[in-house]
Amino acid sequence: MSDVVIRAEKLGKKFIIGHQVEYSAILGEALVRSARGLLRRGADMLRGRAVVAGDEIEEFWALRDVDFEIKRGEVVSIIGHNGAGKTTMLKILSRILEPTLGRVELNGRVASLLEVGTGFHQELTGRENIFLNGAILGMTRQEVLARFDEIVAFSGVEKFIDTPVKRYSVGMYARLAFSVAAHLETEILFVDEVLAVGDAEFQKRCLDRMSAVASAGRTVLFVSHNLAAVAALTRRGIVLKGGRLIFDGPIENAIAQYSASLSKGKAARDWGRGHHSAIISADLLDAQGRPTDTYEPGTPFNLQVEVETANMPGLGLELHLRDANNLPVAFYSSSIFSQTPLPSEGRHVCRLSLQPLFLASGEYSFDISTNSLTIVVDHGVANAIPFQVAASSPGGIAYDFKQSLGHGVLAMQLASPLRIEPASSEPA
Amino acid sequence: MTSSDRPSQRLILEAGRADRQYWGDIWRYRELFFILAWRDVAVRYKQTVIGLAWAFVRPFVTMVVFTVVFGKLARLPTEGDAPYAVLVFAGLLPWTLASSILGDASNSVITNSQLVSKVYFPRIIIPFATVMVGLIDFGVSLLILVGVMAWYGVVPDWHILLLPVFVVLAVLVAIGPALWAAAMIVKYRDFRFIIPFVVQVGLYVSPVGFSTKVVPPEWQLLYSLNPMVGVIDGFRWAILGGDSPLYLPGFAVSMLVAAGMLWLGIHTFRRTERGFADLI
Repeated sequence: MSDVVIRAEKLGKKFIIGHQVEYSAILGEALVRSARGLLRRGADMLRGRAVVAGDEIEEFWALRDVDFEIKRGEVVSIIGHNGAGKTTMLKILSRILEPTLGRVELNGRVASLLEVGTGFHQELTGRENIFLNGAILGMTRQEVLARFDEIVAFSGVEKFIDTPVKRYSVGMYARLAFSVAAHLETEILFVDEVLAVGDAEFQKRCLDRMSAVASAGRTVLFVSHNLAAVAALTRRGIVLKGGRLIFDGPIENAIAQYSASLSKGKAARDWGRGHHSAIISADLLDAQGRPTDTYEPGTPFNLQVEVETANMPGLGLELHLRDANNLPVAFYSSSIFSQTPLPSEGRHVCRLSLQPLFLASGEYSFDISTNSLTIVVDHGVANAIPFQVAASSPGGIAYDFKQSLGHGVLAMQLASPLRIEPASSEPA
Repeated sequence: MTSSDRPSQRLILEAGRADRQYWGDIWRYRELFFILAWRDVAVRYKQTVIGLAWAFVRPFVTMVVFTVVFGKLARLPTEGDAPYAVLVFAGLLPWTLASSILGDASNSVITNSQLVSKVYFPRIIIPFATVMVGLIDFGVSLLILVGVMAWYGVVPDWHILLLPVFVVLAVLVAIGPALWAAAMIVKYRDFRFIIPFVVQVGLYVSPVGFSTKVVPPEWQLLYSLNPMVGVIDGFRWAILGGDSPLYLPGFAVSMLVAAGMLWLGIHTFRRTERGFADLI
């Protein structure tokens, strides 16, 4: 048997996406446009093509000319920006998507974890969902039975195992879901960004479990934004950018490549658009008002976001600050927190100066979206402003308060100097 | 290792490559089939007050209404000496089974889009798993039939032994178009609106509330192009025995049409399923 377990040759995947040209408020124009759309969709259907929403259609290569080989027992990270093609690649390797070009050779049984809790049913109990999810991930009933107690113990939801999961808290649900996934044992395992669940303590257990899997001689392909985890778990990294493989080699170099492409990629960004609005650009600014990717903890957050809206009153601008594990840290909504919606028409630059946060050092990003009533996202850009905190020393001494220490991502600041006084010796 | 019957295997993924291991894969994923079927059954009557009793109420009420409307008001003839209620129920049984399979299975792929976009397995498992729900409701309705026959004192003869064959036929008649529709719905959601309409119209163009003998003899063969005609006649033949002789040429036509639709369904589904995750 060959020692190469995964071989990808000239792998490519094309998607067809539609664009909405613009909304028309004039009934006549709107009718003409929908009539034209109807004709086009009808013609597409006769030719057996899929229905694509929008007025204009564009081909889009999510993955192009990707070659690599992975040997038995290797643990490899795939890193890249959002939209670089990481998930598409994993989906092709796990047979969910069919490649448009090229071929993949797989030697060995494959399991993929693109999400935890796939197929969980709200009405079923924790116990029932373990069997359901296990089967969906490719485990047999025997295997689930054999590991059942282990799975339940790992999740820590013993008490609620016979309760429908719709009564679970989000954390319990995620823990149970990950526990099933963590007990999946196959020769080749694909893992996509599934560690961003649960609390810090549970995340640590997940990472430990992942490194146990990795050291057990199985082949693992691991997609993550969590560069700390990536560096800890893997020795080889593949960097994707715009659907192409730009680096394949030692993980330290891969992370360096990725970071470099991060700053270079900012010039040519295209985030697409929503139905009524588009976020055109977004930057973190330094004290001098220049774009930067580093934030100095304890200083105001200066952001500049350029937005275009088309005939849509009442949209709010929303920010989610996320930490390196992609967990939300803080939130801002212009429509709720400032009662200031975006203008309904035209291109505008929003300048935000947000109160200082004493962030721990590490990677962060802002997700930015335009939003109606904070419920319906019109245009959302995940990871719109990635930035880092290089060093964080809340006490002003040479102590680095790091995200990875597990004390959270915010240093608490005193409102007035700390006072320590002798306790009164007389009982009150 | 996940199981002993899954040795290391070599797999090539390429555009347009016919999957030679497909049918073997279905066998390997049989546990998933059972667990999906079990899930659909387990979830069906959750958080309802009367639960499985719904499987009694719906067919029973339909039978009463049809018996009154077609038998008493329209005074349509029954077959032989069979009570009209038994005639109706013998038609309603396969009709309910087939229409629920058609409705559930055709929507099953998109209702399980979470699975389709996140894990691999032979997709054809999904529509087949929904058949189980229809079969369980069918089993319950069968009990009503026994009750109704006892009430009217109808005793079946040896024909009843062939009833399971016609149950299988009812499933096959429904699953062919259902597979085709399931594949089409992924691409064109229009079919979501078409299928309920087909089921609604089908109830009246199929001989559910009346006997096939009502149709003039010269039209019988043409009428049998509706495959449900063959299945329902088969049910009545099995249940009423000598009172409802089977019109063989018509039955053959129905079965041919059903076989053609089954082939078309499987073929269309197989050809398009690898693109499901792209479209869903």
